[in-house]
Amino acid sequence: MPLLEVENLRIEFPTRRGILVAVDDISFGIDEGEVLGVVGESGAGKSLTGAAIIGLLEPPGRVAAGVIRLGGRRIDDLPYEEMRRIRGKEIGTIFQDPLTSLNPLYTIGQQLVETVTTHMDLTAAQARQHAIDLIGEVGIPTPARCMDCYPHEFSGGMRQRIVIALALCANPRLIIADEPTTALDVSIQAQIIALLKRLCREHGTSVMLITHDMGVIAETADRVAVMYVGRIAEIGPIRDVIKNAKHPYTVGLMGAIPLVGCDADRLTQIDGSMPRLTEIPEGCGFNPRCGHVMPRCREERPDLMATNGASLAACWLYEK
Amino acid sequence: MTSISSDQRERAGLRASIYRLLDGDIFYSFSHSPLVVIAAAITLAYFLAAVFAPFIAPQNPFDPGALNLMDALTPPAWTADGNTRFLLGTDNQGRDILSTIMYGNRISLVVGFCAVIFAATIGVSLGMAAGYFGGWIETIIMRIADIKLAIPGILIALMVDGVARSALPLEMREDLAIYVLIFAIGFSEWPRYARVTRGATMVERSKDYVAAARVIGISPVPILVRHILPNVMGPVLVLGTIGLALAIIMEATLSFLGVGVPPTTPSLGTLIRIGNNFLFSGEWWITMFPAAALVILVLAVNLLGDWLRDALNPKLR
Amino acid sequence: MNMPDAIRKQDEVMPLVKVKDLTKYFDVSKNWLARVIERQPKMILKAVDGIDFAIKKGETLSLVGESGCGKSTVARLIVGLYRPTRGTVQFDGTDMASLSSRTETSKLRQRLQMIFQDPYASLNPRWRVIDIIAEPMRAFGTVGSKAELRDRVNLLLRQVGLSSVDGEKYPHEFSGGQRQRISIARALSANPEFLLCDEPTSALDVSVQAQILNLMKDLQKSLGLTYLFISHNLAVVYHVSDRIGVMYLGKLCELASARDLFRSPKHPYTRLLLDTIPDLSMRGRDRQPVRGEVPNPINPPKGCAFHKRCPFVKERCRMEAPRGREFDGAWVACHAIEEGRM
Repeated sequence: MPLLEVENLRIEFPTRRGILVAVDDISFGIDEGEVLGVVGESGAGKSLTGAAIIGLLEPPGRVAAGVIRLGGRRIDDLPYEEMRRIRGKEIGTIFQDPLTSLNPLYTIGQQLVETVTTHMDLTAAQARQHAIDLIGEVGIPTPARCMDCYPHEFSGGMRQRIVIALALCANPRLIIADEPTTALDVSIQAQIIALLKRLCREHGTSVMLITHDMGVIAETADRVAVMYVGRIAEIGPIRDVIKNAKHPYTVGLMGAIPLVGCDADRLTQIDGSMPRLTEIPEGCGFNPRCGHVMPRCREERPDLMATNGASLAACWLYEK
Repeated sequence: MTSISSDQRERAGLRASIYRLLDGDIFYSFSHSPLVVIAAAITLAYFLAAVFAPFIAPQNPFDPGALNLMDALTPPAWTADGNTRFLLGTDNQGRDILSTIMYGNRISLVVGFCAVIFAATIGVSLGMAAGYFGGWIETIIMRIADIKLAIPGILIALMVDGVARSALPLEMREDLAIYVLIFAIGFSEWPRYARVTRGATMVERSKDYVAAARVIGISPVPILVRHILPNVMGPVLVLGTIGLALAIIMEATLSFLGVGVPPTTPSLGTLIRIGNNFLFSGEWWITMFPAAALVILVLAVNLLGDWLRDALNPKLR
Repeated sequence: MNMPDAIRKQDEVMPLVKVKDLTKYFDVSKNWLARVIERQPKMILKAVDGIDFAIKKGETLSLVGESGCGKSTVARLIVGLYRPTRGTVQFDGTDMASLSSRTETSKLRQRLQMIFQDPYASLNPRWRVIDIIAEPMRAFGTVGSKAELRDRVNLLLRQVGLSSVDGEKYPHEFSGGQRQRISIARALSANPEFLLCDEPTSALDVSVQAQILNLMKDLQKSLGLTYLFISHNLAVVYHVSDRIGVMYLGKLCELASARDLFRSPKHPYTRLLLDTIPDLSMRGRDRQPVRGEVPNPINPPKGCAFHKRCPFVKERCRMEAPRGREFDGAWVACHAIEEGRM
């Protein structure tokens, strides 16, 4: 049984112009110990999906339909208090900006110990020791001394390490990381990704890694889901999706990424841009920009279907 | 390719702008808040009354020929001794209260408006200069503003008024009283605008479109006027609306204290003061109605200002 | 023409942009009173510390580096937004600081323009697109009548892939990629020869980035432009550049042709940076993440700026900052390279 199951999730925003559908009927699962990358461009709905899973969707956005299960148990309809307990204990989160993820008024020791004691049954001294161990594990030198430092005394990379420690401190089964390395320098990005990978492997934690950076996904994920206009366009093992993409959008996306060693004069470009939520086309959301568009694409919306490779793609090209 | 003529394009632009305005979020928020619509209607009514007072007031209360001492101290029309000719009663000189309110309202609004424009002009200019240039220019302007803000506005207005009185020769005092008043109130209000504008200017100054203008070689003053000013007007507009209410109250206070407009051109404040003397002898209407008119006006303008601040906020973000 | 003459001729061709010992220090100390009370020394941020390079006409030179390396400051120094603390910027042989009259400065300014990183902050939200694009033309007086101006704006809009009706709209009606196109149109409106591109695609999605990079390449070919391209993304830089300069903490570490830099990187920092490029060809390359982080540019370490993170560090590196020299066609500033240790 997969650790996380999302079925037919639908996220809507009621506005005065009508209801905007930001995420439209997506389903996927994450197994124990697996890293699932969720990749897409801005507006695709990946961050909203992550927010909905932890129950932190900002109103007026709301989950209009769908079921989310963690370890077999439904979590999308839980009351606030129960969800709060699950957050942190079973699902840890890492957000993009380490500056705002940590409270500037408290030392990191205080923040870590608070999280540990909220979710685990330890004495104060045990909690403090656990926190020190964690800080050491994420690679911060002199952990015992650092417990009494404030977030602003650390650099961006160090802060993100502390955020990872915070996410892991209650031994959650799943971590949702939303653009964890985007705000960091490239050399630090590499360090943080390696750290995340190693820790999750050691603790057996599953990860839902949300990002727009395909490179980060290539290094870290086992499987990847490519989102476009609120739908999953393609989902499959990482090697297959990257080397042998099936959905025309994924093909275009991979072609648009500049590669070192590739001396083509021009990058493959997909003309046009992702439609706004108010202008989602009928049928397949990608049809205005697709080089393989057929009349059916403009009328009926495809669901994920098997292709001749290992990944599933939501495209009529693969209909048997 | 068909070419569109330039005025066709301009007309399309204007129509499109109007559609944009009516369709916009601001208008939507306006039409969906009943309280604000009422407040706007009231403010509009006051404005129209002020503009058209000579035509719609039942009587010109400042024309001695129109007055009849026999009508003095008539109570409001709906009471026992009332007279339908004088809807809200008359004062001790036979002046119709409704008409005096309409005429007084004129003065209040004129002084209020001009004071706000005066304060905003000084405040925005100094604020933009402080925010854009920084350094000692900013230090000097902001310290002066701080000092000013530490002293209550009424006090400053009184000081300015006092200085003006002693400085001006007697004959000119009455004619210039209104200008002195506008200057006094405006002078006490400018730091508010300067502070807000400075903050907004500092935010805009670091944006790339300002850098792009500097790359082209455009000098600071055109940058301030053409690029930065349109983008900092939002908060200034909000301040101005609320500032109008404040200016009207301040003028009323000063007139009530006797240092505002001369009694020959009374404002709402003067009327309240005059009426005060009759409060305890039973002629309550002489002070109550002007007071009520003042309160309603200030309330309406305040509500408009509050709504404006909230409506403009998402855009400001 | 025999070979030596050909080479000499190449050397004699004046570069379009030449930068010598370019330096910019920022005084970020607290004000005098606070310093006296808290007994703190003056704090100087050495954003750019003695940079030399030259850009030939028609070429694309990129500057790469991480945050705090000073590459954006270099761009702003060249374009005149900052005044250098030391050193010169020469454009087509003329020292930019030596110009005094407004007309001369204006004429020079017209020949270089800049494209900025943030598509949401680089266009005035209250101006219409046509006015935004026309601003340089009006400032430099390059077009006469209103009709001419409108025609030129329409031409520019088409050149960058937008349509003429877009001139009447406001910036908020466009997406990030479209706004960058408008920025490019504005930069091109007064016919510059040299464009500074400060991370023009860093804020854009991958597919939009591809469109903009292709557009910039096409425009370079059709208009004969020279680019200075600033970025932190090595793959993008590989794709667009002829030559690449790697910066670290205000100093230039290595300057070489794009091919040479990627095929045989010399400076240890270049090697570190190349190692951070994700492996999208899935060759399963094992990466060694390097320790340490970029130090604070306010207190740069003495000696070589990179010595704290360098795997080849020796005592000399801690004391003396390396002065660069030519090596195999590349310019490198590293003691280990000089001493033949690598």
